[in-house]
Amino acid sequence: MSQTISAHVSDQNHGHVDQEGLKTLGFWIFLVTDCLLFATFFAAYAVLRTHTEGGFSAKDFNVPNFIIETFILLTSSFTSGLAVLSMHKGNKKGLIRWLIITLLLGAAFVGLEVKEFADLAAEGATISRSAFLTSFFALVGTHGAHVTFGIFWMIGILFQLSKRGITPVTTRKVSLVSLYWHFLDAVWIFILTVVYLMGVM
Amino acid sequence: MNKWIQTAKLSLLAFLGTALLSGCDRSKFIVLDPRGPVGKQEYNLIILSVILCAIIIIPVIGIFTYIVLKYRDKPNNKAPYQPEWDDNKFLEIIWWGIPIIIVAILGVFTAKTTMNLTKPPVKDVDPIVVQVTSLDWKWMFTYPDKKIATVNYAEIPAGVPVQFILTSDAPMNSFWVPQLGGQEYTMPGMSMGLWLQADKVGEYFGSGANFTGKGFAHMQFRVKAVKQEEFNKWAKQVQKDSPVLTKAGYKKLSKPSLEKELSFSSYPIGLFEDIVNKNGGIYYDHMNHMGDHTTMSDMNMKK
Amino acid sequence: MDNSHFFVTGDPMIYGADVSIILVSLAIIIYLTYFKKWGWLWREWITTVDHKKIGIMYLLSSLLMLFRGGVDAVLMRIQLAVPNSHFLASEHYNEIFTTHGTIMILFMAMPFMFALFNMVVPLQIGARDVAYPFLNAVSFWLFFLGAMLLNISFVIGGSPNAGWLSYAPLSENDFSPGPGQNFWIWGIQISGIGSLMTGINFVVTILKMRTPTMRLRDMPLFSWSVLASSIAILGVFPIFTATLAMLTIDRLLGGHFFTMTGGGNPMMWVNLIWMWGHPEVYIVVLPAFGVFSEIVATFSKKRIFGYASMVFSMIAISIVSYYTWVHHFFTMGAGANVNIVFAICTMIIAIPTGVKVFNWLFTMYRGRIRITQPMLWFMAFVPCFLVGGATGVMLAAAPADYQYHNSYFLIAHFHQVLIGGVVFGYLAGMYYWFPKIFGIKLNERLGKWAFWTWQIGFYVCFMPQYALGFMGMTRRMYTYNSTMGWDMGWAPLNMISTVGAFLMGIGFIFQVWQILYSIKHGERDVTGDAWDGRTLEWSIPSPPPVYNFAILPVVKGRDAWWYQKQEMQKGSYQKEAVKYEPIHMPNNSGIPFLMAVCFFIAGFGFTFEWWWMGIAGLIGVFITLFARSFQYNTDHFISVEEIERTENALRNHGSIHRTAN
Repeated sequence: MSQTISAHVSDQNHGHVDQEGLKTLGFWIFLVTDCLLFATFFAAYAVLRTHTEGGFSAKDFNVPNFIIETFILLTSSFTSGLAVLSMHKGNKKGLIRWLIITLLLGAAFVGLEVKEFADLAAEGATISRSAFLTSFFALVGTHGAHVTFGIFWMIGILFQLSKRGITPVTTRKVSLVSLYWHFLDAVWIFILTVVYLMGVM
Repeated sequence: MNKWIQTAKLSLLAFLGTALLSGCDRSKFIVLDPRGPVGKQEYNLIILSVILCAIIIIPVIGIFTYIVLKYRDKPNNKAPYQPEWDDNKFLEIIWWGIPIIIVAILGVFTAKTTMNLTKPPVKDVDPIVVQVTSLDWKWMFTYPDKKIATVNYAEIPAGVPVQFILTSDAPMNSFWVPQLGGQEYTMPGMSMGLWLQADKVGEYFGSGANFTGKGFAHMQFRVKAVKQEEFNKWAKQVQKDSPVLTKAGYKKLSKPSLEKELSFSSYPIGLFEDIVNKNGGIYYDHMNHMGDHTTMSDMNMKK
Repeated sequence: MDNSHFFVTGDPMIYGADVSIILVSLAIIIYLTYFKKWGWLWREWITTVDHKKIGIMYLLSSLLMLFRGGVDAVLMRIQLAVPNSHFLASEHYNEIFTTHGTIMILFMAMPFMFALFNMVVPLQIGARDVAYPFLNAVSFWLFFLGAMLLNISFVIGGSPNAGWLSYAPLSENDFSPGPGQNFWIWGIQISGIGSLMTGINFVVTILKMRTPTMRLRDMPLFSWSVLASSIAILGVFPIFTATLAMLTIDRLLGGHFFTMTGGGNPMMWVNLIWMWGHPEVYIVVLPAFGVFSEIVATFSKKRIFGYASMVFSMIAISIVSYYTWVHHFFTMGAGANVNIVFAICTMIIAIPTGVKVFNWLFTMYRGRIRITQPMLWFMAFVPCFLVGGATGVMLAAAPADYQYHNSYFLIAHFHQVLIGGVVFGYLAGMYYWFPKIFGIKLNERLGKWAFWTWQIGFYVCFMPQYALGFMGMTRRMYTYNSTMGWDMGWAPLNMISTVGAFLMGIGFIFQVWQILYSIKHGERDVTGDAWDGRTLEWSIPSPPPVYNFAILPVVKGRDAWWYQKQEMQKGSYQKEAVKYEPIHMPNNSGIPFLMAVCFFIAGFGFTFEWWWMGIAGLIGVFITLFARSFQYNTDHFISVEEIERTENALRNHGSIHRTAN
């Protein structure tokens, strides 16, 4: 095993490893730790799921809302994949177009989530109403914050793309943001299952 | 140089030995002086673990001293020098093996004692129940059979297993009477069971062991073990002479403060259950933990 | 929130601290201005991404924090020296033990560990820097400003006082209102993010940045220990971040994760914080094991015994350490079966740890032992850690733990493993690698004074505490013998323990004196190989040039430098023609510092619930992230001429002319 790892270390760049590859590896490891962060929030949600204090419970979620949210986010994951495909074809315009569509879909998702939260709060189901709601808002909100961060990140990359085109550096950046986006999609599938579907069933 | 390391070490040990022994007679080491079956079982496990650890530590320190003395880097040192010797499967098996055996022995006894402590210490005597609530910064004891309550002291009959049922109406604390046995947490929303028993009549020191803020250091209490008749007499006396603990009275008592020893002739029905439930007790099944093998007829914790 | 108590008032000691803080700050500012050092400070230190300089800054900060935590310890011991003492009030005592624990673990042990990571790992694996030098600087500044955030709490706003792990619900708004607890949350949250990034950084550094000829199975054991520790960091620091975030939500937004009301579950806090907290102690102790492995081999002039089982035992420890957290609360009544499982897992950890001790002993066996300063600390570590480990096994026996839990027996145990294991280990590491990083050997005579006062102080301080545990004394009591007429006989042993604490304090003063004295008068190491070392870091000059290795070293096996020296002696060493190539290095950057300052502002704002300030700080963080993302000019090449110049200067300066591999 040690040999294979050493073999990856290319000596071409004056004894320096490939910087972009290095950053990609680091980002993968970061995603693993981010997974654990979500796992902790999931665990807290699992513990507190029934602690509703007689108020809003998981049965009362707005079904159409989370179905539409899911649909939008899954689509955006698909479009971010299309963006990467365009990039590999060297199609800068296509790349930029698909990225913009992805981030618009992301923004729509966040908008719907904000609306859901606002509706809940208007019903009196606020974060301080019960432990169940605290854990719900924390888990789903952490995901939403991640998506929001991803949107800003993509905007930053779009500027760089339009200025510099498809270079090894921007390629790596687009790959990472797309990886991040798929990761958030996967986390959302868990939220959909554990929070919403198991809640309303 | 090396000689005086040894001398220093020895004199240090001697100093510590005398320091530990002087000024404090053995009876002060209350953990090592148990007065009930629970404390005694724990004491036995402590002694066993000390012996097992000593079996490892003493020879290792011996070997260590020997090696350091023998293989010093001195020009005239005739001891063998093998700079490339770095592997010996046989030796490695020995020192993986010995700790495994020791841990296995200790593990078995730990498991046995852990299981034992979940049962009443003696089988042929009917246990009594004492409910314990830790408050900021005092202890309240309620006796469901006698319908009396006390603060900062508890009386129990000697020779009778006592099922302490613990909760808290304040940050988590820990209920510890070293001479009767080990401690258990008192936690808001939970009711926990702890079996203790005093073999002999006497007064035992108890304290809160888990930090709860400003007045924590003052959360000490007295457990007085008396003969069964005297216990009954004391309960009657309290029922007759002491004031009533009302709902308002409890509310006042539960506010942060320090209190002396108090006695109450009665308390609001279901006080303990209410305390557990209002702090989240409705969300848990109760009494399925250590200290629980009898169903408490007067505990109705399920939703 | 009531902000009328912004400045802590009312205690003469605090006023004294205020005055000394202002005076020291003024002195620093005047010094920097008078000697026109601001530019130097900015260029050479604040913006640096060089792992060696970052390591030095970690080391300095951790020694500073050791001082602060040590003062806390001494204050506590003064208070407890006699019964019914009125030296400190209850709240003040509670604040002091809280900051003592928090600072010693998170702001002393962790940065000391990162100091060793940074100063040693790249040199030991033949790398020119860590995998992400910029991120490394971010980590440092997050740690540093997080630590400062917690530290200012004692003059501004008030210190936290709910214990170093701040058990809920005591740490919730109902029982600990005000900024103190928030300082704790934000201080360790910010530095914790830095620790997580350091973990990622060193995992990748070790896996990817080794000199191409170094196989993992030839890697020095210290680097292995760093890998094991970093992997453990990756596993548990996310839990820590999330758990602190939950407490933040409770305190700032009125949530109910751990409250008594609203259906919250305080036991969940205890579980989550120990899921991080237990592996955390192995995170800090593993590198100490690594340090000792290097030291024992070097000063026994012998290969490390049982290399494979050393590596295996470290990995085993870091994995099993995830499954022991419940032993911190056997008394929570999780049930007999749960207690048994976690008791046995805890005991199992003792097995690989014990094996390591045997392997160290047999590394010395048939070796040639030189008793140098690092070796002295190793020799102190062995008996100390054995006893500490044994009391750990005693504590692991769950029913016996019911009698030790939260008593002074426990206090004595964890100080014995944390001081005897971690602190002795890191100090040994500091003595060992100080000549490498600074080119200066630390004075032997002062070092011995420090060593012996430390050792005697340690045993005098903590052995009585085991006895106090058996006498029923519980931890975190600010006073004793004052209630209900109980006289438990605790006074004499407490007095002895206090004497020991003072001795350790004197030991620390000796060390500071030793370092300052040695910087001025100490013996200079011109060989680059101060101890006749075995691993690659000793093959380059001390202090190493900015790029560490002019040419990446060729490694043929374990202890590469040792065998190269033997070949050189025999004359069989094939010196290849030196042909330098330009070296690719990262540029300095001010962004890490500015990012951490923004984090500090955010943390400070949220601490006082000044939302505008907290949000402004977070926006600042995003701006710095963006600024970094738009930076393309992030590295440069060192030219061949410059390398030649540097190498010639360094190597001609040395009395022994050395080959550059």
